[in-house]
Amino acid sequence: MSSDLHTALTILGLAAVSVVTHAFFLFPQREVKIPDWLQRGLKVAPLAALAAVVAPEIVLTQGRLIDTLQDARLPAVAAATLWYVWRPGVLGPLLAGLAAFLPLRLLLGW
Amino acid sequence: MPPLRALFRDPHFRRGVRDMLDFVPGVSAWGLVTGVAMVKSGLSVPLALLMSLTVYAGSAQLASLPLLAAGAPTGVVCAAAFCVNLRFVIFSAQWRPFLGHLPRRRRVALSYLLADLNLIVFQRAWPGGRREPGQLAYIVGGAATCWLAWQGTSVAGILLSEAIPTRWGLGFAGTLAMLGLTFGLLTDRSTWTAAMVAAAAAVAAYALPLKLNIVVAIAAAVAAGLVMDRAGRAGRALDRNP
Repeated sequence: MSSDLHTALTILGLAAVSVVTHAFFLFPQREVKIPDWLQRGLKVAPLAALAAVVAPEIVLTQGRLIDTLQDARLPAVAAATLWYVWRPGVLGPLLAGLAAFLPLRLLLGW
Repeated sequence: MPPLRALFRDPHFRRGVRDMLDFVPGVSAWGLVTGVAMVKSGLSVPLALLMSLTVYAGSAQLASLPLLAAGAPTGVVCAAAFCVNLRFVIFSAQWRPFLGHLPRRRRVALSYLLADLNLIVFQRAWPGGRREPGQLAYIVGGAATCWLAWQGTSVAGILLSEAIPTRWGLGFAGTLAMLGLTFGLLTDRSTWTAAMVAAAAAVAAYALPLKLNIVVAIAAAVAAGLVMDRAGRAGRALDRNP
């Protein structure tokens, strides 16, 4: 299957991205100073990438804005957000979100 | 590098392992979620295993899943993952004083195994900030522990997820995990602005082909973040010198 091959190649590309980013300032033989503006830009970019990937996953269905409130994703995001406000972290909000998501999905078919 | 048996007996290696053990429950849960999310967002088991074993970067893996599912081109997926991974570029400069003396091939190979946690734990254990004997064994101990915990649970998640029906929609667990990560990066006005701009742009530009909405969103958000940052600093400078 060509789409499997494409995915496999993309995954190897991602592995290369891992190596390049982890070793970035370890590649040169001599120490390199990071310019100030670059350091600031580098801080925002990961956040931007995550937000850009997450937002459509939450509010779009097949490329259209959600047009019903009976979607398990919305209560899940609300629960995860509230949990984060109460106790910041990754795992707590994830579990709280799933606790809201799964019953609605499985019992009500949202 | 000393032979394996000598390494296992090295007290610094052992301390590196021990210090990392505190974080193994968190790493394991995270690995399990990523393993399940990979398969439930459409990767086959062999491809998910390939991703786990070669990419070894949880947030970048999660971020690439919706893009892979949408059939985005390799360049766009890699660009998004590169942005998510940019923090490692900063970390690599912070590792430099401790790893810079190694031959290039070895320091590159070792750095590939060093995640966010390794740096935090290392900096706590060696607060001196300069090269000291035993550091390398310590780093290797922590890296090996973290790798085993992550890969063990990630592979378990990949294999387990075959038993979980797709209609449970557990691919969404990956999105929820990314949501928590995103919240954690919101520290001030410029980061909030960047996140809002990125989210709005990604949704508004969703119809663009090749998942280019992600690239547009990142570019817009970084520009907005830098502008906000500059405005903020100019404002503070004015406060100091009215």
